[in-house]
Amino acid sequence: MTLAHARPGERLIVEKIGGERAFRRRLMELGFVPGTPVELVGVAPFGDPIELLMRGCNLSIRRGEALWIAVRRAAGSAGGCDEVPMPAAAAMPCRSCDRR
Amino acid sequence: MNERQADASPLVLVIGNPNVGKTTLFNRLAGASGRVGNYPGVTVERRPGRLRLGGDGDSDAVELLDLPGCYSLSARSAEEQIAINAVLGRGDDPEPALALVVVDAGQIIRNLYLVLQLVELEVPLVVALNMIDEVEGEGPSAAAIERLFGVPVVATSARRGLGLEALAARIRECVRRPPRGRVAIDYPPALERDLATVQAALPPGLRASAARDRALALWALTSIDEHDELRDVDPGLRAACLAVRRGAGGRDLDDEVIATRYAFLDRYAPELLARADQHLRKRAASERIDRVLLHPVWGFAVFVTVMLVLFQALFSWANPGITLVEGATAWLQEQMAAHLPGGLLSDLLREGVVGGVGNVIVFLPQILLLFFFISLLEDSGYMARIAFLMDRIMKALGLHGRAFVPMLSGFACAVPAILATRTMERRRDRLLTMMVIPLMTCSARLPVYTLIIGALFPPAVGWMPVQGLLMVAMYLFSIVVTLAAAAVLGRTVIRGEHVPPILELPPYRLPDPRSMLRMMFERAWVFLREAGTMILACTVVLWALLSFPRPPPPSGVPSEVVRQHALAESYGGRLGRAIEPALAPLGFDWKIGVGIVGAFAAREVFVSTLGLVYGVGEQEDEAIPLRQRIQAERRPDGRPLYTPLVGLSLMVFFALACQCMSTLAVTRRETRSWRWPAFMFAYMTALAWSASFVVYQGGRWLGL
Repeated sequence: MTLAHARPGERLIVEKIGGERAFRRRLMELGFVPGTPVELVGVAPFGDPIELLMRGCNLSIRRGEALWIAVRRAAGSAGGCDEVPMPAAAAMPCRSCDRR
Repeated sequence: MNERQADASPLVLVIGNPNVGKTTLFNRLAGASGRVGNYPGVTVERRPGRLRLGGDGDSDAVELLDLPGCYSLSARSAEEQIAINAVLGRGDDPEPALALVVVDAGQIIRNLYLVLQLVELEVPLVVALNMIDEVEGEGPSAAAIERLFGVPVVATSARRGLGLEALAARIRECVRRPPRGRVAIDYPPALERDLATVQAALPPGLRASAARDRALALWALTSIDEHDELRDVDPGLRAACLAVRRGAGGRDLDDEVIATRYAFLDRYAPELLARADQHLRKRAASERIDRVLLHPVWGFAVFVTVMLVLFQALFSWANPGITLVEGATAWLQEQMAAHLPGGLLSDLLREGVVGGVGNVIVFLPQILLLFFFISLLEDSGYMARIAFLMDRIMKALGLHGRAFVPMLSGFACAVPAILATRTMERRRDRLLTMMVIPLMTCSARLPVYTLIIGALFPPAVGWMPVQGLLMVAMYLFSIVVTLAAAAVLGRTVIRGEHVPPILELPPYRLPDPRSMLRMMFERAWVFLREAGTMILACTVVLWALLSFPRPPPPSGVPSEVVRQHALAESYGGRLGRAIEPALAPLGFDWKIGVGIVGAFAAREVFVSTLGLVYGVGEQEDEAIPLRQRIQAERRPDGRPLYTPLVGLSLMVFFALACQCMSTLAVTRRETRSWRWPAFMFAYMTALAWSASFVVYQGGRWLGL
């Protein structure tokens, strides 16, 4: 699935970022690399753009670009991130576990 | 640069991500010594200053240079290239002795990405672990970062003034003994081979140690491609990068570089952070605020209220200041008229110089107020939310979400509004916004509308308040035209590459009054110094146009008649007559033409110039004599000149024409070129002429 299809409050893991080079490079440089947990926090009043929480940072991208970001649901999205299988490249603790 | 060569004190770059308190820290370290300017060729603020804290005089002098905020050194445009050029000493500044990297303690991993790049490049650096007050003991440990990179780390809070003395001392020490950091990252073997290829293509001027060459190759690989807009890239290096990219097959080089660096940082995250889930109280509080401020209903209610206050402030709170400046100018001119001997020189001083200085200073109340609000919105974090809320609407127009506040300010005055386009990062977004702002109904158009509507239209027909409706219609007209112009220009003249915005929503913070004041006065000063001189010069030229050649002063005639005659015979008057053929299809005669020439100083001057043209003296827009005079004006064949249709045509002309030298002056200053103000003047005048033509000829065809 893509990030554009996620529901608010859903916890996801980034799998792949496509799209234009400038965009994906900037996004990756912000820490948005494959394997990173990300949460869809909310959607702007007109349905676009969307707000994400990633590495403790809130950022916003447009829905059109979110279509380029492949994600999968974090296992037990409701229960916490402990059982999320994480690729070696992102053996980092999930930062969004104990919020809300 | 020249000043620097003279004293040659070591240069320290202040570099860091956006929203990490970099500029506040710079201001604290440099005191009030900063002088803002621009980087050559790009409209990006260049802020040098001198380290003021501690030290014992000249032997310890250190120059600071505040770089624009950046998440990474990789670049695709000349604007982004500033950072890497400054780090390498390849810009207009010498090679820095040290880089002071400001990092946000609450966002440490992402901030260390930039530190990592600098360490790879073997840049001597000191890290300021800033906003340490916000992490409340849960933050990253300075000692752990020192161990990881082998560079000094000082915990600071620029806002609270914590750790500044220690930081200044550390900077002075490190300028004398540059600390060499170290970091060893194992990139994938295939990438290492690519790096070797690129490294071999580095021009001799760029080569230093092997490690630094490799870091430069990494920079080149992640920055250069077929579509970049970088400047002065060595052709050999570019060719090597393109060849490597072509030969990479299915591999994603950016991913290999960036993901490997983040994997490295993530591996050390447990050591760096006391608590792994760095969800700070600050963030949690911000999220609660956002639940209201980004709410579909409440969020918009708050947004509309904030924008109304901002608009009201620009529109009316600035008035006492404006009245004061205008009053002082008029008083000074009267005093000069009374006490100076008459003659050319004193006329020039009074009307040209004093009038011109008044024309410049009169903008200050609005500029100061607008930048008070902008720094409040920026520093509190609400500006990012405005961009978030408005992005959907602004996107449809091809504009950036951040264009909203400058556009709104355009209703008050285009001059501060154009200055406010600075809040946008990309040149293309700034240009497009600047080009359409002067189409908004600014307050200087109101006296013109008031005069025309008051003189030519009945207050009401039946139950319909004609005058009020017309005023509203003029506002709506300008909004529609502005948005249409943005949509058209954004798809034609100012196309630019589409770079999707990535907007950071920083936590809400209390703005620092000192930073706000500093920003207000910096903006005001830059305006006075750079746009002000041009406005002054234009005022003098315009005065000369409307005053020469000077007829011999006749006696026995009222002064209004003398001035009327002088104006008609002046170059400006002749210009009005010369352009009459072009204005006739719009329903205007040469007297209106003179008014239009005079209004170039500022639109409201149309009213007083018209007063002079008709020999009723300089008039206010509410003045009855001028209204009656206008109603009485006849064409040669006896028909009234000012019909409601001519009035409408004139208002449409004023709504669209770029009748404002100050707008052009400030556009020249913000775009650093004559091309854009020339384009602005040309397209708006063409638009105004065509629209007035359609209104007048269309109206006549309809038998109005």
